Amino acid sequence: MIAYLIRRILYAIPILIGVNLLTFSLFFMVNTADDMARMQLGMKRVTPEAIEKWKQQHGYDKPLLLNLHASGGKVLTDTIFFQKSARMFAFDFGMSNDGRNIAREIQTRMLPSLAIALPTFLAGLFVYITFALMLTLFRATVLDMLGVALCVLLMSVSSLFYIIGGQFLVSKLWHWVPISGYAEGMDSFKFILLPVLIGVIGSVGSSSRWYRTIFLEEIGREYVRTARAKGLSELHVLFRHILKNAMIPILTGVVVVIPLLFMGSLLTESFFGIPGLGSYTIDAINAQDFGVVHAMVFLGSVLYIAGLVLTDISYTIVDPRVRLQ
Amino acid sequence: MKCLYYVPHALLLLLLGACNEGGLWNNPYPVNDQGKSIYYSAFSERPKHLDPASAYSENEYIFLAQIYQPPLQYHFLKRPYALVPQAASAMPAVSYLDQSNRPLPDDAPADKVAFSVYEIRLRPDLHYQPHPAFARNANGNLEYHALTARDLRNIHTLNDFPHSGTRNVLAADYVYQIKRLAHPAIHSPIVGLMSEYIVGLKEYVTTLQQAKEKYPGRFLNLHDYPLEGVQIVDDHTYRIKIHGKYPQFSYWLAMSFFAPMPVEAERFYAQPGMAERNLVLDWWPVGSGPYYLSENDPNRRMVLARNPNFSGETYPDEGEAGDREAGLLADAGKPLPLIDKVVFSLEKETIPYWNKFLQGYYDAAGISSDSFDQAVQVSVSGEANVTDEMKAQGIQLSTSVATSTMYMGFNWLDPVVGGASERATKLRRAISIAVDFEEFISIFANGRGISAQSPIPPGIFGYREGEAGINHYVYDWVNGAPRRKAIHEARQLLAEAGYPDGLDEKTKQPLVIYLDTTVSGVGSKSRLDWLRKQLEKINLQLVVRSTDYNRFQDKIRKGDTQMFYFGWNADYPDPENFLFLLHGAQGKVAKGGENASNYHNPEYDHLFERMKNMENGPERQKIIDEMLEILRRDAPWIWGQHPKDYVLRHAWLHNSKPNKMANNNVKYLRIDPAQREELRNRWNQPKLAPLWLGGLALVFLAGWLWRVLWQREQAR
Repeated sequence: MIAYLIRRILYAIPILIGVNLLTFSLFFMVNTADDMARMQLGMKRVTPEAIEKWKQQHGYDKPLLLNLHASGGKVLTDTIFFQKSARMFAFDFGMSNDGRNIAREIQTRMLPSLAIALPTFLAGLFVYITFALMLTLFRATVLDMLGVALCVLLMSVSSLFYIIGGQFLVSKLWHWVPISGYAEGMDSFKFILLPVLIGVIGSVGSSSRWYRTIFLEEIGREYVRTARAKGLSELHVLFRHILKNAMIPILTGVVVVIPLLFMGSLLTESFFGIPGLGSYTIDAINAQDFGVVHAMVFLGSVLYIAGLVLTDISYTIVDPRVRLQ
Repeated sequence: MKCLYYVPHALLLLLLGACNEGGLWNNPYPVNDQGKSIYYSAFSERPKHLDPASAYSENEYIFLAQIYQPPLQYHFLKRPYALVPQAASAMPAVSYLDQSNRPLPDDAPADKVAFSVYEIRLRPDLHYQPHPAFARNANGNLEYHALTARDLRNIHTLNDFPHSGTRNVLAADYVYQIKRLAHPAIHSPIVGLMSEYIVGLKEYVTTLQQAKEKYPGRFLNLHDYPLEGVQIVDDHTYRIKIHGKYPQFSYWLAMSFFAPMPVEAERFYAQPGMAERNLVLDWWPVGSGPYYLSENDPNRRMVLARNPNFSGETYPDEGEAGDREAGLLADAGKPLPLIDKVVFSLEKETIPYWNKFLQGYYDAAGISSDSFDQAVQVSVSGEANVTDEMKAQGIQLSTSVATSTMYMGFNWLDPVVGGASERATKLRRAISIAVDFEEFISIFANGRGISAQSPIPPGIFGYREGEAGINHYVYDWVNGAPRRKAIHEARQLLAEAGYPDGLDEKTKQPLVIYLDTTVSGVGSKSRLDWLRKQLEKINLQLVVRSTDYNRFQDKIRKGDTQMFYFGWNADYPDPENFLFLLHGAQGKVAKGGENASNYHNPEYDHLFERMKNMENGPERQKIIDEMLEILRRDAPWIWGQHPKDYVLRHAWLHNSKPNKMANNNVKYLRIDPAQREELRNRWNQPKLAPLWLGGLALVFLAGWLWRVLWQREQAR
């Protein structure tokens, strides 16, 4: 397995270089270093000298990809792309345009994002699987039909509606929890309760239907018939046999998102005032802050690759037949 | 299944636990803060800069204005806006010199004045906020000015430094800050403008640049580099020497750019390892104002705490007519600030912000378009007031016209709509009549604005009320109010311009007008459709060229536009700050200035040069009237509107009076915490019935499912 992991990590390097190049190209196709300077220096009374100074101070006064005025290796290294990309591989994200340490900012904002995303993920997993198992248990009955109809209905509603509706009912009308805000430690409970609840409800429809499909596929297999023939109860069959054998497709969709939980959710965090990472990239795109955009895309790619590797590893845990070579 | 029965109970218990010792469940603030004199407000966008040399936006000033003390400030109550001393003990003594530095009389004509000298005497009792940069050890040396990596190991915020100190504010600190405007690493937005006035500042920029290149990475102590135009007279007096006569300079002295900066602070933050921890002056201000930044988490909240070293300022004892009746002088003579702490929470979305205001968790709030009908009703006479629902909560409304102008500019360099020809002038006037800004304000701003008659908004010298102040090229004075000219007059003008029925006389092709804008998408479609409809009234076709912000700015810089939306917020309450937007020397394409429409009229420019350095008075008003007449005749802008700000406040918030020029109003506010607690408790009692009903429904459902399942198992 070690050899497999090393090989996957080595594969990741060219992927990350490609992602870097793509991010860089897309960003500078839309923005120029002058635009970035103007955005940072403000609308009023900006002089061309101030723009030049800003670019020089922030390292944007170099050529983008190739420095034809330099010699030797500097043709490639004395460029914005190299200067801004090389250090990423050492997880040195540098400073944002407004002078903040990006790594520290990510570190600070990651925890509130996780405080919402992790309980939503765990509670969601529990609710979706339970609900899907229940539908499977009552398959081909009125209850199943009603459940599926409910899922379709829930899938059809926009997530924004859940947020605004949830805030209206739970916070504004019933006064159970604050409408928005955040606190650290135990005080965070009352702030995360509603976003987690809405996060879980918002995905009940699609996720439960997906799990139901997986379980229904398993329920027709030979080993299930054998288990029933042995006289096991339906609940026993469902939880001990079907759930266990459905783990591979479940893990395929679930494990890959675990590392990305750190990245937060834009809508939820904006409406609930959660100081997480959800809006960091969008805010940076609006502020034309290449440092932050670059760092977040790079981090997202690393976490996604990590998620895929973790998924592979998880297969070996739930299915002894799988070997990573 | 049994566990399902306990879910509502568990949920209830958890909620009770979360409500912190009997506080309201939906209270977003710590229970310990109940009953305290804390002002709760919100911000929607995190500030970019908190360094007084580089901050220039309103969302930065709401913090900085409470923290820093420039020499002057605007009187809290008096209108029109008047400057009064803040850190200064009196208004600056201004003297004039000729080219040979010989004194001139106070009434010397502006063209004879080669230099103006502002002598500013500071109050001797000013002290900085507690800050580790001032902490001294037992030997009397600065404690945290030689920090090593080891010292910084457990330092993450300023509060992690165990000791702090303070010191008296000196004239040298004000001089130091003026020098910082030229610092190559700070990028002050006003260094270009100030270099034209402060003697020697232009050369000083080069001096500092060279010093930075000579000693890269080394801390630049600006006290070692003298600046000719700024002199320390004694510990509490300094002089600023500027070129010529520039009466508006006093207004700049009321802005944070001219606040004091202790060299200890800059040296403290310049130490290695501080920037990596986000411990920088641009993020952690060091001021002498009524508050200091005690918590800085712009992703969540910013907290200002009372500066224990602040003293010597009292609530004003005079205001304008009606202030006493409105209770705005009830606290006259009381020491400031009246509130101990200010909590600004980040609210990106308007819906949660508005609902929290209604629940009493914000003390004041603006009104978004979504909430306007719920909050405000407009009487037949056009007077705005709060709705009965708001009245029942004791909510009060304040309105004020912003010192801003939102306009549509014509590009003077464009061959179709630009230039001084009669054809183009009549075309612009026809479009100005057709675009009905009263309708725009009514539809898209819920009536929150007044249509502009010139670039100068109300409250600024030069603005005229009544018939004398209307743009008679677009309006008629009818029954005591301006009325937009009939559309047939616009069509007539268009025909005279050579476009009868919107067709070019020569080519017989319809005239197409292009609007460049950054707005796009569904949200702005209605506004753009409305604008198309306005031009259709005179048979002109409007083509909207939506583009991103960068390309739009690029087009403006290159003059590749025909019509565009723009706006301007006043830096200071002087007509010069609006009329310079049309000064030829400020042309965007030719000079890179602020005249985005590239308007150029030598007669106007000449009058502007005369007017800009004059003191307010009848002679200045006369020149302004002449200038406005030229502008209205030439119509380089569709004058657009001056937005009106509506602010709601709860009954427990006192001394709230809109002041569009000053941002340091928090020190005057007063809160009645007992009334706030009582009303919050009345408004926010949790409703438990849905919780129990939901729990019961869940239990019933679980029981029923269990029964069905049991019956199925029995049947097998």
